[in-house]
Amino acid sequence: MSILVVADHNNEALNQATQNVVSAASQIGGDIAVLVAGENCSAVAEQAAKIDGVSKVISADNAAYGHQLAENIAALVVKLAADYSVIMTSASSVGKNFLPRVAALLDVEQISDISAVVAADTFQRPIYAGNAVETVKTTDATVVLTVRATSFDPAPLSGSAAVEGCDIVEDLGVSSFVSEELAKSDRPELASADIVVSGGRGMGSGENFAIIEALADKLGAAIGASRAAVDAGFVPNDMQVGQTGKVVAPNLYIAVGISGAIQHIAGMKESKVIVAINKDEDAPIFQVADYGLVADLFEVVPELTSKL
Amino acid sequence: MKILVAVKRVIDYNVKVRVKADHSDVDLTNVKMAMNPFDDIAVEEAVRLKEAGVASEVVVLTIGESKAQEQLRSALAVGADRAILVESDAHRLQPLAVAKLLQKVVEKEQPNLVILGKQAIDGDNNQTGQMLAALTGMGQGTFANEVKVDGDFVQVAREIDGGLQTVKLSLPAVVTTDLRLNEPRYAKLPDIMKAKKKPLETLAAADLVADVASRTERVKAEPPAERSAGIKVGSVDELIEKLKNEAKVI
Ligand SMILES: Cc1cc2nc3c(=O)[nH]c(=O)nc-3n(C[C@H](O)[C@H](O)[C@H](O)COP(=O)(O)OP(=O)(O)OC[C@H]3O[C@@H](n4cnc5c(N)ncnc54)[C@H](O)[C@@H]3O)c2cc1C
Ligand SMILES: Nc1ncnc2c1ncn2[C@@H]1O[C@H](COP(=O)(O)O)[C@@H](O)[C@H]1O
Repeated sequence: MSILVVADHNNEALNQATQNVVSAASQIGGDIAVLVAGENCSAVAEQAAKIDGVSKVISADNAAYGHQLAENIAALVVKLAADYSVIMTSASSVGKNFLPRVAALLDVEQISDISAVVAADTFQRPIYAGNAVETVKTTDATVVLTVRATSFDPAPLSGSAAVEGCDIVEDLGVSSFVSEELAKSDRPELASADIVVSGGRGMGSGENFAIIEALADKLGAAIGASRAAVDAGFVPNDMQVGQTGKVVAPNLYIAVGISGAIQHIAGMKESKVIVAINKDEDAPIFQVADYGLVADLFEVVPELTSKL
Repeated sequence: MKILVAVKRVIDYNVKVRVKADHSDVDLTNVKMAMNPFDDIAVEEAVRLKEAGVASEVVVLTIGESKAQEQLRSALAVGADRAILVESDAHRLQPLAVAKLLQKVVEKEQPNLVILGKQAIDGDNNQTGQMLAALTGMGQGTFANEVKVDGDFVQVAREIDGGLQTVKLSLPAVVTTDLRLNEPRYAKLPDIMKAKKKPLETLAAADLVADVASRTERVKAEPPAERSAGIKVGSVDELIEKLKNEAKVI
């Protein structure tokens, strides 16, 4: 069996999720190659070569791949596909964007967001906002998978695979990059942070998120939010945790002023320890919280920050 | 310009789904069904483009059982012009098969823009729009936060993990909606009545694509692992003590 893992990165650094995907690939078993498609991305290829279990890194370094345009990346992956029986990537916004194109062009189904490898052709994945977990077995010739990174431990960085260049250039010309507005933050990345503090509609305003920021700074935590907080414009969309946002599984998740709708819980219930702070003692969030504090967040969150 | 919108009938998002005792599937008997919330947003966007004079016709389409006509009627009630039901009673119709059926309708209808939801909240696949774009050779603007049609192009601001990314696609193109694209309106009663008279065409899936059988088999569906119930703490001091000494996470 040979497996192609498509790396998730920003041309400068490898997203840690790629290490989690390699660990899922190792559970399937076989020879693992990692494709780094990007522009001026040699540092990423070097990093990918260090992931344990990787036998080679293919570096496709070209302007056509600089912004991870799905049309071009998918066309490249399809060109390489014949050598592999499994093609996988993380269920990030990049992976979700290009991989279904690859599957369609290969005339195979994609299995999205796998949370466990049962066998080389059988996988588990959450459905209905995590209200059920399905086990699916595929008969497709090429198995195409996106991986829920938080369900697999990251493969360590102790390897030393060879990096080979690839000069296939696929530029379909149907799409082009215009601009990007990326959130800048010195805090840890939400998807892989050890501690996450999230605020919901109960925060009342974007200014009030300063309370959450102070606590996050004290804990070295990333900041998340519910959909309601994003929709209300308190915080940007990249902070949304949930069924249709980011999935997180930190050691500690602190939900502040979040009621605990199933769509939110779907994105955080695998956290090791959950703390909920809510003034409504019947809020559903308390059903998944290890420690619940029924209180006004505007009193207890600053108190918590000052006492830590 | 013609816009085609694909909508799916799914379980209402407020319903707590349960797995059947035999672990074959979730139990959908007597469960409230509705239009997939992302598809409400897709219909709204198409209607707004029509109201803005950018689009001239909005065609809404669903693939599924005949009851899915209800969802087509609700799209007609908020402003879609006509509807197509591609009837199929296939079990577990997967995104690849849906995309192939959509491709056939796209060939027939020749829309300039196809709008879908980013994700159906039943299967949580997030695949169909991307697959349709691949099969038709179109560009794709997934997870759209803003859509601007400009001549022969559409500019789409996309919600990505790091923030927002804007891409420019040549038309025809595929767009999939994210939550912040717009806030869908509710249908007014007179419009619901009028929608009953709007044209609704029915096609048989088998006449469009011969083989829609899934290549994946569901071995089982299980309830998720439950978290064991926690405790309520009485004060911030108690919370800090528990996190330090019991959970050992800070
Ligand atoms: C298709 C779809 C997808 C969705 N995807 C997501 C998703 O990915 N992520 C997500 O989060 N949601 C998602 N949702 C939305 C979800 O259904 C809920 O509407 C949302 O999670 C509610 O956010 P909230 O808990 O912040 O707000 P609310 O439900 O309004 O809760 C606010 C809470 O704050 C508490 N509160 C208020 N003031 C205070 C105070 N002073 N002190 C303490 N507590 C206070 C209240 O008691 C209440 O419990 C989705 C919905 C749909 C339809
Ligand atoms: N049976 C269907 N009929 C029409 N549109 C569908 C169907 N299934 C999926 N779609 C569209 O594809 C989007 C994404 O679905 P999915 O890829 O299943 O998550 C949905 O939001 C719909 O717009």
